[in-house]
Amino acid sequence: MGFQPVVLWTDLLLFGLIACVLLAAWSARRSEPMRDAWRRVGESSVGMASLTVLALFLLVGVVDSLHYRERLAPAGGSGDKAQLSTEVRSALDAVAAPLRTRVEKTYSAPLAYQLFAKQTLEGPDGTQRREFPRLKFGGSSLKYPEVDQTGDILGRIGIGLASAAVGWVALAGVLVAGVARSRRVPVGAAWRAIWRGKGGLAWRSVLATVGVVALLAGPLAALAVEYHVFGTDKVGQDVLFLTLKSIRTALVIGTLTTLVTLPLAVALGIMAGYLGGWVDDVIQYLYTVLNSIPGVLLIAAAVLMMQVVIDTHPQWFETAAERADARLLALCVILGMTSWTGLCRLLRGETLKLRELEYVQAARAFGVSTTRILARHVLPNLMHLVLIALVMDFSGLVLAEAVLSYVGIGVDPGTVSFGTMINAARMELAREPMVWWSLVAAFIFMFVLVLAANLFADVVRDAFDPRRS
Amino acid sequence: MFAYIVRRLLYAPLILIGVNLLTFALFFVVNTPDDMARMQLGAKRVTPEAIERWKVERGYDKPLLFNAQADGADKLTNTIFFEKSLKMFAFDFGRADDGRDIATEIQTRMGPSLAIALPTFVLGLFVTVSLALLLVFFRTSYLDFAGVVLCVAMMSISGLFYIIGGQWLVSKVWHLVPISGYGGGLDSWRFLILPVVIGVISGIGGSARWYRTIFLEEAGKDYVRTARAKGLSELQALFRHVLKNAMIPILTGVVVVIPSLFMGSLISESFFGIPGLGSYTIDAINAQDFPVVRAMVFIGSLLYIAGLILTDLSYTLVDPRVRLE
Repeated sequence: MGFQPVVLWTDLLLFGLIACVLLAAWSARRSEPMRDAWRRVGESSVGMASLTVLALFLLVGVVDSLHYRERLAPAGGSGDKAQLSTEVRSALDAVAAPLRTRVEKTYSAPLAYQLFAKQTLEGPDGTQRREFPRLKFGGSSLKYPEVDQTGDILGRIGIGLASAAVGWVALAGVLVAGVARSRRVPVGAAWRAIWRGKGGLAWRSVLATVGVVALLAGPLAALAVEYHVFGTDKVGQDVLFLTLKSIRTALVIGTLTTLVTLPLAVALGIMAGYLGGWVDDVIQYLYTVLNSIPGVLLIAAAVLMMQVVIDTHPQWFETAAERADARLLALCVILGMTSWTGLCRLLRGETLKLRELEYVQAARAFGVSTTRILARHVLPNLMHLVLIALVMDFSGLVLAEAVLSYVGIGVDPGTVSFGTMINAARMELAREPMVWWSLVAAFIFMFVLVLAANLFADVVRDAFDPRRS
Repeated sequence: MFAYIVRRLLYAPLILIGVNLLTFALFFVVNTPDDMARMQLGAKRVTPEAIERWKVERGYDKPLLFNAQADGADKLTNTIFFEKSLKMFAFDFGRADDGRDIATEIQTRMGPSLAIALPTFVLGLFVTVSLALLLVFFRTSYLDFAGVVLCVAMMSISGLFYIIGGQWLVSKVWHLVPISGYGGGLDSWRFLILPVVIGVISGIGGSARWYRTIFLEEAGKDYVRTARAKGLSELQALFRHVLKNAMIPILTGVVVVIPSLFMGSLISESFFGIPGLGSYTIDAINAQDFPVVRAMVFIGSLLYIAGLILTDLSYTLVDPRVRLE
């Protein structure tokens, strides 16, 4: 059975954005102040730890962005062309296939071997009993789960911890060897330097972070093979799988929005600040108008309208995934259109200051063209503000997605995201006894992601803001 | 000063016209009334007659900007733009899709919204400013460090979790107050106390940290050091000098939201079942009730502009150096 790669719009833009970041990082190597600032980020242990966590999230997101459609076996004779499945899957779906396919009937608690609610079962002799039915997959290999379950879970946790330790030692070895090579010192000396947190980048905190993550993820993975670690939701889907899928949505919203924000804010902010006059008036008027509309309402209005466009043109989208993707992209564009004003105002103010500086005036006196002055003298001196704004916005956008999805103007209801998970879990809280696990799972993952982003943003701001160093 | 206010007041309608044009474009040009009718009536099997009837019922059967068939002034007034957008300036919002008058609905719902938003705002401001002052008082100590860490952790939690967690703990486990609902009169405090407390707590993280940076910047300045050198205690220096001089950046963020308190809070009102403007807006969004959304956009912008003008005025009150020209 073959497959055909599918590139959704958000995938394309996400990969494009990653490429841009790499390119920018490569070109920043040549600029002395940029290199200095990034070194300060790298030397901060909080910065490196949060960066590691973010990189792990990004890894999940990227794996989840490699989409494909399976080729179905031809139904009739060999003359038929192989049909493509209508379902768009991602590499993450393939890797986590056991999680995706082992769907139970309905709710089950974390690590449970039976359903959460009693059901009426019919015995072989025709009698009816009410009891908790066994799960189809969770703990299904246990013959006497009442007795064996604890031992089985402990054994799996042990295996998970052991493999996590092995993995961590291997990774630490590679890292130490790499550091030793690049510094041209013996491996032992490199290890001691890292251990004491001396010299260069804060590798120690990277290793510590990876260690903590591995100690948590190892047992999790070992248990996930047999159980539903975070339980199952109403239709019996594994909650761990849903949380992993939510990561991509959060990352897409947090990053792609900047693709819209950035060009608008930079171009308009610089133009308003440098050119002044009626251009300044028009741009100021534009962002005052946009600003004065309450954000949620503007987004709501735009999303409702976008939904009408999507609904009235079903022929644009071949699969449901493409339609959900269009909605996601539209949400990013709308969020970007409504959130560029803050950065624009900031850049305008800074440009107003820059244009009065001697070197800009000298360039003007020499007859350098305006576009050249903007590109050579103004824009590079604004880059730190842009960068700070970008990393600061990320966590806010991730949080905004949850709220917007709750209001019903977020992602497509078919897209898995933290917002849709919380929204669904809200109803479950009213049940008696309470179904708490999907909420807790969403909370943990979202909290870690946003916390890492906030900490990283602080470090970047401290490193790049000239007033703070 | 007077001339400045007049100029700002004259600028306000200009911005409101911009807001109106934008919403008009969003609601009627990007999507024609036909699209809306089709969506409201159910996507697929809709007869053209049903669409026409839907449009006539709601007054969408007119031309958008210019009515060539009418006579005289009607050429301009008998259009969707005039009927639906310009009439908002007279606070004539028309009727919602369920037939109720939007203006009266807004009047009755303003009270509950304010009942939550105002205490949350006042209490929140008091709590966060005091906390920030406390952190600055203990600066460069472990208490300050722990406070900042706590702030960052608290601002990394989605507001939804505060509400869900608070409802679960206070109402479901401790049975202290009802989980949601609203009663008129004095008895309503039992319904209001939980949303207010949760609103205050969820705002602490971000605001306290923000105020702390402002205070720290001010506390490091020379005149504060002079004040301390001439024998003022740390507390006196903080309250007499730092707090007073940090007012301008605080006012910038605070005063502008005061008028918008009328709009209520979307999320907490809908979670706690409070019949305010916030839940009205959410219901309208979910029911795709466009007239209500348009009206709320208009009112929201109006209040925001009022907030901007108030901000400028408040500067002159706290800082005698500021002259509005």
